[in-house]
Formats: sequence, C-alpha cells, structure tokens
Amino acid sequence: MSNEIQLKTTINGIEYDLTVPARLLASDFLRDHLNLTGTHVGCEHGICGSCTIKIDGLTARSCLKFAVQLDGKKVETVESFKEKPETRNILEKFKANHSLQCGFCTPGFLMIIDELLKSKIKFSENEIREALSGNLCRCTGYENIVKAANEILTHKKIK
Amino acid sequence: MNKSKTKYVGKNVLRFEDERLLNGNGQYTADINFPGMYHVAFLRSEISHGEIISIDLEEAKKLENVYDIFLYDDLKHISPIISKSNMKKYLPTKQHILCKKRIRYLGEPIAAVVAKNRYIAEDAISLINIELKELEPIIDTINASNETKNFVHPSLKTNVILERTFSQGDIKDVNQNELISIKKIFKMGRKTPLSMEPRSYVCDINKRTNELTLYSSTQVPGIIKDAIMTYLGINGNQITVIAPDVGGGFGGKASLYMEELIVVAIANKLQTPIKWVSDRYEDLLTTSQGFEEIIEAELLLDEKGNFISLNSNVYGDIGAYSIYPWTAALEPMQVAGFLQGPYKIKNFYSNVKCITSNKPPTGPYRGVGRPAAVFVIESLVDMAARKINMNPSQLRLNNIIRKNEQPYKIGSGIVWDKVGFEECLRKALSLIDYDKIKTTKKWEGVGIATYGELTGIGSKISVAPGMPLNTGSETSRLEIDSTGSISATFGIASHGQGLETTLSQVVGDHLGVTPNSIKIKQGNTSLITHGTGTYASRSAALAGGAAIKVSKKARNHILNVASFILNVPKTEIDIEDNLITQKNSNQKLSFPELSRIVYSDMQTLPIKLRKPLIFIESYDPIFGASTTATHIATVKINPETFKIKIKNYVVAEDCGKVINPMIVDGQVQGGVAQGIGAALFEEMKYNENGQLETATLADYLIPNSLDVPEISISHLEDFLPNNIGKFKGMGEGGTIGATGAIANAVSDALKHLNIEITELPITPNKLYTLIKNKEKK
Repeated sequence: MSNEIQLKTTINGIEYDLTVPARLLASDFLRDHLNLTGTHVGCEHGICGSCTIKIDGLTARSCLKFAVQLDGKKVETVESFKEKPETRNILEKFKANHSLQCGFCTPGFLMIIDELLKSKIKFSENEIREALSGNLCRCTGYENIVKAANEILTHKKIK
Repeated sequence: MNKSKTKYVGKNVLRFEDERLLNGNGQYTADINFPGMYHVAFLRSEISHGEIISIDLEEAKKLENVYDIFLYDDLKHISPIISKSNMKKYLPTKQHILCKKRIRYLGEPIAAVVAKNRYIAEDAISLINIELKELEPIIDTINASNETKNFVHPSLKTNVILERTFSQGDIKDVNQNELISIKKIFKMGRKTPLSMEPRSYVCDINKRTNELTLYSSTQVPGIIKDAIMTYLGINGNQITVIAPDVGGGFGGKASLYMEELIVVAIANKLQTPIKWVSDRYEDLLTTSQGFEEIIEAELLLDEKGNFISLNSNVYGDIGAYSIYPWTAALEPMQVAGFLQGPYKIKNFYSNVKCITSNKPPTGPYRGVGRPAAVFVIESLVDMAARKINMNPSQLRLNNIIRKNEQPYKIGSGIVWDKVGFEECLRKALSLIDYDKIKTTKKWEGVGIATYGELTGIGSKISVAPGMPLNTGSETSRLEIDSTGSISATFGIASHGQGLETTLSQVVGDHLGVTPNSIKIKQGNTSLITHGTGTYASRSAALAGGAAIKVSKKARNHILNVASFILNVPKTEIDIEDNLITQKNSNQKLSFPELSRIVYSDMQTLPIKLRKPLIFIESYDPIFGASTTATHIATVKINPETFKIKIKNYVVAEDCGKVINPMIVDGQVQGGVAQGIGAALFEEMKYNENGQLETATLADYLIPNSLDVPEISISHLEDFLPNNIGKFKGMGEGGTIGATGAIANAVSDALKHLNIEITELPITPNKLYTLIKNKEKK
C-alpha cells in the first residue's frame, strides 16, 4: 500500500533528494514533510486555489498533484516571496491595500499575481479579475486584491 | 479629553497581522504538529436518517499503524450535549458525542479512527463494515412541522422544538377592507459559512504537568474551554484553548463541535497529541449551516402608502440538533425580531417555529436571521410601491423611523435608538444618483434595502434569546513589564478582523503610546480569566470599550507614579508617543525608565507606588448599539443566459466611530460579497433522499472576483451610541443589506414580465423556470 518512490526536486532553491509515498499529495509533501505550511489546503479538489504553487514558473494546484510529479521540477512556494524584491513588492502592495483579512487564501492569490507579473502581457482590470477568478476568497470581496494586482501589474515593464 | 486621543483611532493604520500572514509564517491550526502526534479521521454517516444495526471494526483494526478506533460506547462517559435555554416551549435536543444508534444527519460522526497519519486513518475507514437501517428522511421544513409520526428526536414527539409569538397592536381593530394587502411566501435557501480554512483541531498533552492544550480553528475559545470542563470534566487550569491564526469563521466556527471534544478526549485517553483536520467535504457536510427559512408575510398599507400592519409566520429549519451554545432560537427568532426593519408599523404579529430536520444543525452565519428578514420586509416594501405606483424610495421615507421619533420600540420588542435610518437612506440615494439611475429598461433594475441591527450587545440582551451565557462583557488586562514593554490581553479571538491592529489603535490613543509598541494578546484562554470570543459584531465595541477603560486606568496610575518621580503635580504631566513628559520643560521619562524605577529601584518610590503595573477592567455596555445602513444595487440580466450581473453597488452606513476606515471598508466589501452569494448563488441543496447535491465547491458556488463589483461606501458618524468608545459593530451588516437590495434589483429588472422574486438564491436556473412558467400562463 505504501509504495515509496524516489523524488528529486528543487523547492525554493533548495535541492531535495528523498523517498516519499507514491500516493502523497504535493500539498501534503510541502506542508507535512518539508514544513512549508505557507501553502494552504482549502478544498483538495482543485477549486479554491489556496494551495497554488509555482512549478517551473507556472502556477499549479498542489492539491491536484502527487509529490512525485514534482520530480525534476523547480518549485516555488510563498515562503520564497519575502526574499526577492519583485515578490516582496507584491506582499507590500497587499499590505497597503488591505488585500487580505484572514490570510488563508492569500498565498494562492500571490502566486497568480506573480505569474501575471512575469508574463509578457499587459492586462486590463477586467482581465486581471478574470485571471484571479479561479481562486476563492471569502473575506475581502476581492476589491482590494484587484486593487493591489492593478497597482502591481500596471507598473510592470513589458520587455 | 487629551489632545492625542484620536491620534490613531480613525486612521488607516496598516495591519500588524499582515507580515506573518503574507510571508508564510502565519500559523493556522493545521500547520501545528507535535512529536508523536496521531491523526484522527471520522467514519461519517452516508445517510441522513437511520439506525446503526452493526459495526465491524475487525479488518480496520488489523491495518498496520492504526492505533485505536473509538465508537460511542468507548466515549459514553461523555454526557450528551444539551444546549440550554430559559425560553418557554423549548425542547432541548440531546446530541451524543458519536452516533449511539440513531443517525440524524448526513455526515454525522460514527467512529473516530486513530492512526499514524491521515492517509492510513482513511484506509482504515474504508475497511469498516457498517450495516445501517434507513429511515424516511425528514427534509421538507413545512412537512416536518406538521409531522405526527416521523420525528428527528422521537422522544420529543414533535419536530417543532421551539415556538414563540411576537405581537403588538391588534390587527382585528384595523378595517382591512380599506387597506392594500401585499401577501407572499418567501423562501431563503440553506447556506454554509464556508470559511476558506476548514475546521481543524490539534490537542497537545504535557505529560509532566498533565495539562492539555487544544489548538482550535474556533471563534470562541472561551466557550470551548467551558464546554470541555462541562463535558469532559477537565478543570480550567488543566486545559488551554488557543485559537491561533484562524482562516475566517463567519459564524461557522462559533459553536461547539463534537470533533473538538473528541480530539481532547482521545489525547487525554491515549496520552499523546491528536490532530484532526477537516477536508472540504466534511466541512460542507458538518460545519453549522444557516438561514433556511420559509416566511409567510403580509404587509397592509393604506392608499397613501402608510404601513398599517405586518403579519408573519416564520418556519425555521434548524437541522438535527439545537446547536451549543446558541440553541435553535438563534436564527429563526432573529428573523422575526428584525422583520419590521426600520419602519413605523403599529400592528405586528409574528409566529416563529424552530423545526428539526435531518440536516446538519444550523448555527450562526454572518447576519443571523437578518439577511432573511431584510429580504422579506424590503421586498414587501418594493412590491407595495409597485402596487400603489409610488417611488420605492419615497415609500420608505414615508414610513421610516426618524431621528426625532427615537427611541422607538418595534413590534418584536427591539428598541431603535440613535440610529440614522433616514440619513443613511438619503445618503445612499444621492451616492448612486437614484432618480437618474432608475430605469424603465427591460432586464435592468435597481433595488434598495435599509435595515437596522443590534451590535456590541451587553448583558441585558442575549445573543440568542434565553441562552444562559454571558456574552455581554469583555475583560482587558494591560501590563507594563520590567522592561517597559506594554501588552494588552483580551478574551476575543480575531480571525481576519484585524483586532490586533484596531485594539492597539484604541489602547495607543488612551495610553499615549504608538500602536506598534503594544502587543495585543487574544485567542488564548490561559491568558484571561473569562472571555467568550469573537462573534455577533461585538469585539470592536466591547473589547474596544474594555481597552479604553483599562488604558485610562493605566494612564492615571502612570501619571501618579511619574508625578512622584518628577516631583510635579500630575496635571503637569503628559504621555505621548511613549514618553512621559513634564509639560513646558525638558523633564521626561521613557517607559523602560519608569519600569526600572517601579520594579527594580527600591528607593525612589514609596511601597504603594511600587506595585506591579498590571491593570484589569471589564466593560459591559448593558444594552446594544443600533447600526444601520442602506444598500442600493443595480443589476443587468442577460436575457439569453439569465445570468444576473451586479453593475453598481453603494452602501451608506452608520457604524458609530470608525476605528480603522480601511478595515471597516474591508468588512463591508466582504460582507456584501457574502450577501451576493446568499442572493444569487449559494444554496445547500438536500434532495428528498436526504443527500446533499452541493457537496463540492464546484456545486456550492460562492462569488468569485468577476461576481463582486466595486462597492462605493460612505460612513456616517452622526449617531454615536451611548457606549464608552462610541463604537458600533459592523462585521455583519454587509451581508444583511445585500439580500434585500439584490432581490429588489432583480424584481425591478423583471418588471416587464411582472415577476417578483420571493426565493433566494435566485439562480439562472430558477429565473429560467420563473420566466417559462409565466409565459405558459
């Protein structure tokens, strides 16, 4: 039942080489095995988006992936955001705009906005709302998340 | 009044909570682990009504790393949970910690499996063989109330476990022939609070001291601690309940849950830490639900548009059990209590029945009763306006209780005082430019809702009628330690409201220190002798009041000490920006210097001034503060898909003195979003077989970022309440006003079809059916 599988992966710049149960979810791997509890589990069926992480630069629901699917990948979780100026700025904009209340859904929104920021496209407010609509927040009514996203993304430089 | 008094209150102080919540260092209950910790998973009922015939644990117990499995018999020393009330005609229900024999709702816990991890615990559950006898599920609320044989609790011999009638005036005295009657049956669908963090509990045990610590995603650590003492017999000094970072509550985490007691009982029994984290399926099935009511209502008015009487019958579906500690009275009684809204209506009658069904218990959900009440009365007002061809805003202004008519007692006994109904209505009308926006266009509409609510209530008013629990006071302890550090401790439990920030703003103003130099401690029962938690829009008003009292007391004492040290009268001393200064001189003391003199220097001060800098005050506002708002929404319906789009939304509200406008606006925005959900999307649908048709987030829809518009908010601070901080509660109002405003806007958009909305949520499917049925006729 508990078949173990070898897993080599890079999480927030740190390389891991370990053995994990084949059926272990990526979200549980990050939270329970690496103690990276900033990634939250809100529904475990891919709807709420609280567990969103970045795999090779693209957002993904960690609750819909097995840990072994991270093999050979570069993974970023919210714990890495405070270090880099670009992502630190997202955090600061969230503070300044009161874009979080309970904070549970917040890591997922941060990931989506970071992905938008790093894409080479300019977004209108409606497109931003559309891009955020895959993640659920129950506290804020989204207005202040959209405001922060607007501030972050309207100042972005398109190369 | 000190000039520094409003240095922080009223300002957009950025939240101190945010850094940890943003950078991944927040700590929610599911993030907490202990060495040697076991995990629990529950076998839950897959039917809503039935009996357990047999349970075979043999295969499950054989599984490696399964440590124990608990059934009712293993925990039968825990007496059934009974939610008490002084209300007449109340029949309390008995809720066993695990199903004994009878199953009363889908998802009710039957067995608790303890294993090495959650995966293995769930493996074990799949190996449990259980034989059940299905009984006919009691699902339909009205049928349940008329039932003569099939009862949720057979020993009660009825499904109506509480009934009450409110009445004022005498409708028989009114000549009804000359009056216009608006009579409808309204239906409000069942909701789930759906905080993004599912419920979770971790119980740690200190084997040296035999002390238990329950980490709980709760809004009410104080109530849970009391319940653990009552039901598990664990003394208060052996148990600490900590609500760490809590991922939203909205009422769903404000009641006692069986899983909470079970986790503590098992940790105590096995002498090892125990963890249970609800998955979303369990959360949808078992977290207390809200709002399910059918309301028959009739408004009588004269030709000039004066309201004469309001008659109603409220059928509240409270689910399988009367929830602890709020009781079945909580939600349905509030519907009747607030049904009259802000209007002068001399004759009032309401009969309320609280009816059990084979659904999960209902409990508090943001707004409690009032979203349904506002939907009903505000719809009736718009229906009346259409019937007598009067502008809906004018009809409201004709009947609204004005400033000079307060205090005004409405039919249910609630007294409106110092509440700006008219002013908020007028403000909202001008904000949205109502007369201009009012349209005759098909598929476009505008809707108004004006309401009042009681918030920050003191000891004279119970949160739920007849409930023997003190929710009306809050205690604060302010301490300045030997290093001069300041902390203030409260019994509340912030779960998104930012109370660590707002309470430090209040203390900062009244003590004369910067908010970021104060540590606010909350959500921990071992830090305070009594507290309940955060619910019922109470924390800013009550804890804010306690904060003012304790800060003033501390300030006064510090001035006495400083007066002695500086050798000047205390009137000559000021405290500002963490400095104790002699006015018009250079003499000053810092808090660390003051503390050193008080605690460590044994010479400067006389003994009586060397006492520890610990101050305790309680605050009880006795009555409550009336909060009001007017919401106006405009909608556009797509005639092809029947999707309802909210175009504009304004809120003019009076919540007393605003502590932090940014946070208040955030509460309004979030509250309105939940009201939009209640009005347009959300319904927990149980079919006739008692199965839940909305058991995933793909089926139970909550608003996303495309569904909630920008909300234009205006605050009126002209009606300050008679409480110490002049604060009114405002956490629930957003949800309360939205149902009525949106229902009215949708009805207005359907005026060309003569369709009036009487059921929420109004989904595209329901709208399609309404329109098709109309076309058939």
